[in-house]
Formats: sequence, C-alpha cells, structure tokens
Amino acid sequence: MTPVSDASLKELQAFAKRVRRHIVEMTAAAGCGHPGGSLSCADILVALYCHILRHDPQNPQWPDRDRFVLSKGHAAPAVYAVMAECGYLPVEELTNLRKLGSYLEGHLVAGSPPGVEMTSGSLGQGLSFGLGQALAARLDGKDYRVYCLLGDGDLNEGQTWEAVMASAHHQADNLTAIIDYNRIQNDGFCDYSRYEDKSRPQRIGGWVNEKGHTVNIMSLQPLEEKWRAFGWQVLETDGHDLSALIGMLDKAKGTKGQPTVIIAHTVKGKGVSFMENNPAFHGKAPTPEQAEKALAELA
Amino acid sequence: MTTKAAATREALGPTLIRLRREGLDIVVVDADLGGSTTAREFGKVFPERFFPVGVAEQNMVSVAAGLAATGKTVFVSTFAVFAPGRCFDQIRLGIAQPGQNVKLVGSHAGIITGEDGASAQAIDDLSLMLALPGFRVIVPADVVETEQAIEVAARTSGPFYIRCVRPKIPVIYDESHKFQLGKAHVARPGKDVTVMAIGVMVSKALEAAELLASQGIDCRVLNMASLKPLDVEAVLAAARETGAIVTAEDHLVHGGLASVVAQTLALHQPTPMAFIGMQDQYAVSGRWDELLERYGLSAEKIAEAARSVLARKKG
Repeated sequence: MTPVSDASLKELQAFAKRVRRHIVEMTAAAGCGHPGGSLSCADILVALYCHILRHDPQNPQWPDRDRFVLSKGHAAPAVYAVMAECGYLPVEELTNLRKLGSYLEGHLVAGSPPGVEMTSGSLGQGLSFGLGQALAARLDGKDYRVYCLLGDGDLNEGQTWEAVMASAHHQADNLTAIIDYNRIQNDGFCDYSRYEDKSRPQRIGGWVNEKGHTVNIMSLQPLEEKWRAFGWQVLETDGHDLSALIGMLDKAKGTKGQPTVIIAHTVKGKGVSFMENNPAFHGKAPTPEQAEKALAELA
Repeated sequence: MTTKAAATREALGPTLIRLRREGLDIVVVDADLGGSTTAREFGKVFPERFFPVGVAEQNMVSVAAGLAATGKTVFVSTFAVFAPGRCFDQIRLGIAQPGQNVKLVGSHAGIITGEDGASAQAIDDLSLMLALPGFRVIVPADVVETEQAIEVAARTSGPFYIRCVRPKIPVIYDESHKFQLGKAHVARPGKDVTVMAIGVMVSKALEAAELLASQGIDCRVLNMASLKPLDVEAVLAAARETGAIVTAEDHLVHGGLASVVAQTLALHQPTPMAFIGMQDQYAVSGRWDELLERYGLSAEKIAEAARSVLARKKG
C-alpha cells in the first residue's frame, strides 16, 4: 500500500482539473464528441496514470508495462488529455481532436498515439480484450497488470458478462475492472437514481420524458451482487475521491485467485455544473459560450 | 478410380501442434467446439496455451485480440455460422481495424454441413469476411491444402479467415501441391471455358471438366483458394484465353467468389459468366451429397452452365 500524502493529493487534484479543462477545450474545438462520460472518468484515469500504472511515456511499447484498456471508447478525450499531461503527446495536439490529419481519432484507435492499447468505440469488448492480455501475461510469466475501464453502457452488452464469467473462471487476478458508474447513457437515465423528477410514478421498463430523455433504460442494480455472484472481488468507492480510488486499486493488486472490480460511483459531466447529471452532454460538445462558462468553473 | 476423402477441418489441430513444436508462439481460444474443429487436439498437447471461454463467440474473438496484442499468434475456431456470424462486430473492431494477428477458422461451412440444417450451414460467411479490409480469406479445396493454408496463415502476420468443412470431401492434392497466398492453382488446364471454384466445388469442377471433355469441350479448372488476395492475373488470363467463365461455390452467389470474379472482370475484361452456388435461399437438412444435388451444386450443373456460357461466347 502506498498512502497518498496531502501534498501529492493536491497535485493529483490539480492534474485532474487540468484534464477536465482539456476535455472541455478539446470537445469545444472539435464541435462534437463526448464530454459527459469523459469528465465522469477523469479522476479514475488520473489515479491510474499518476499513481498505479507501471508505464513509461517515453517507451509506450515497453513489454512489461501495465495495460490500460478503455472499453467505453467514447471517453477518448479523457484518455488523450491524461496521456498528454503524462507526456505521451504534446498538450498542443489535444485541440486537434477529431480533425482530419490528427492522430486523435474520435474514438480510440490502437497505437494512435502509441500507448493506446485497444481500438474501441463499440461497447462491450474491452474486458474481453483485457482478459486476453492478462492470460498472455500469465502464460509468459510476466507480472504486468491489466486495468479495464467500463461504463454503464458496456454493462448493458452481453459480451461484458461473458468476459466477467470467463475472467473469474480463469482466476485472472492480474485483471482489474473499474466501472465508471455514472448511471447516464446516450439516451438518458439508466435507472431512477439520478432522475430528479419524482412527480411521475416509476414505470416498469422505462419511458421517455418531456425533454426527450429515456428514463430507466436498463437498470444494472443490484450491481455489486451481480459481480460477486460471478466470482469477483467487489470494491466500491466514490469515483471522484482520488485517495480512495488509489487505495482500492492498491488493494486489487494484492488480491490473489480472483479478479477485482471497483464500482466507482461517479457523476456524469463532473466538474461543470450544467453538465452534471445531464444526459444532453453525453454526446454533445459545449458551444464556445458554454465552454467559456465551464472553464471559469474549472479555474 | 479410388478417391481418398478427408474433412478439411481435420487439418487444424495437428497442424497447430506441429507449428508450435517448430517454435511458433501459437495460442488457441475456444468456444466449446474445439472437438468439432479439431482445435482441441492442440489443447491436449499444450494445455497452458489453450483457453476455453465457454459458448461465447464474442468473448472468444475479443480475448483473441487481447492475446494477439501481446505478440501471440492466435487461432480461434468455431462453426462458420457463429464466427463470423455471431461476432462480426468483434472481428471488425478487434481484429480487422487494428490488423491483429488473429487467425479465424470457420469450420462446418456451406450447405454440406448437412443434417444439422440451415442454422448450422454458413452460406454468407465469405460475404462477411470479404467485406473486411486487411483480412486474407482462404477457402482450401482439400485437407492437404488446408494444412498448407494454416501454416501460411500462422507464418504471415495479420488477420486470416480460413474456411473449413465438416464432411469428408475428396482429397485432390498430394504433398507436391503448394498453396500460395494470392495465387490461383490451375487444377486442370483447358482452353475453351474456365470453371473457377473454391472448397468442395473444386472437386466437382474437376468432375465437370471430365464430362465436358467427353463432349469435346476443353475446360480449365482454377482453384481460387486464395479468395483474398485474389489472383487477378489468373482471372484475367482465363478470361482472355478461354473467353467464358463459370464460378462454383458452396455459398451464396452474392458476396462470395462469383461477386469478386465478376467485379474483377467488369473492371478489366467483361466476359460471359455463369454462377453456380446458392441462389438467395437457405437449404434444409439432408445428406451433404444429396444437398449439393438438390441445390444445383453438382458436376452436371457446372457442365451445363459451362455449355451455356460457351454458347453466349460464340453468339
């Protein structure tokens, strides 16, 4: 265990704030993209890249590096921003996101830039890919670990549960899944937990509200029991508490015989008041005015 | 004449074992059909390199992509209806787009899978696999060529699809044959008409050529096992030299051999053609030889098609 000192916690929080500013600037410059789910996982990525992963930005193909796999490929802006702050790419490149001629594709593409492990953008495939890498590590007698970040949407996909089952079956204790559990998806609200309007009765199976958001798309509850029943060690935390995240990730490292999942309770759009818990910013960039306001909040 | 027969799928397990013993860093991911595809034989010899994932084709393909990303040569196999059929997105995103070193073996392809019925008969797998940039698509004609194709795939970096079949089909080659990526094989020379065939239909085309010979027609037979990359030179030479083309495949006539040959000829050398294959329909249960007859995938129908194309060439 490596306890985080107050001083380094402050540094990490400042790092995370820079990442959030990048996310806003990048998506605003692109005029499209996915700010909400990028902001929600920013702290998880900072905990990983700044404190947990064994990696070398100057040697992204290092065979013994820990692997980070982003299953929710639409959070690409967050990954690029963290990688830039770590030195994988120049920070100036970030605002070329999604532009022709830039290597910063709309969704992650393996090797672009070097250090991106998996091509993603179609949900549900990351945990399987991570399991493949984890099995290879064991076969080759290597001690690198694999971390896979999943979103709510990933957990809608049947393939994720195939991988959940298979990872426990193969006792892949070198594999850690982290769920960015913000409970908001493309069309609206996963369940009722983040839906504030209680005036309507909670309908079974979901419905579409006045704003055009689907409510109760697919509840994942009880999530902790599901993973535990599949044979995983389950840890839960506030997904914006860097110190707690680091503690959980450290605990996962020391666990033998089973993979670990960290259910990170997060807020979609975290850090920008008008994006928080707002499905409208799942797949929509801020306008220049909105970006200005967001950056003022993130000052 | 005595013909040897063997199922092309029987080449998979033994070839992988040999190649591993020769030092290739091969691993196998399996979705509970390794007994049928013969991949399980590899697992018997190299248990630490054999990863069962249950009946979960999507997971199988993406796990394979992860293994390949660490430098492994990964083989996955199942029935061709299930892969690509059940995990096409995973193949596209996980293997094709990043160009991962995964070799997909689709076994039990075509209507000759037989008694299990349409749900087990892949007749659209080639359409799907030919649609993926960067994938090499191989349809061996017999078990000898299958072993060679597996070795070429294992020793060539990048994605491959190899199509195998369930029943024992004629062995047309001996060890002197050499499968070459991107090359058609002239299974029989001829100057009047060319039948281009893949898989079990190569042996049917050879039979058809015998029938045509007895009628005074000199029929060339090209084995188009390397469906992608296609031997464009051999296709154009056949068009130039024989002026009449028949394609024959145990697959829909849309999106497979017929389509790629027609597209090639349309671009370079329009030539009268006829297509033997499944015509926009699914087959039913039955013995494989009965099914080939019923759906017109026979030597007689190939010969008939050859004569009709010849008539158009002359007309």
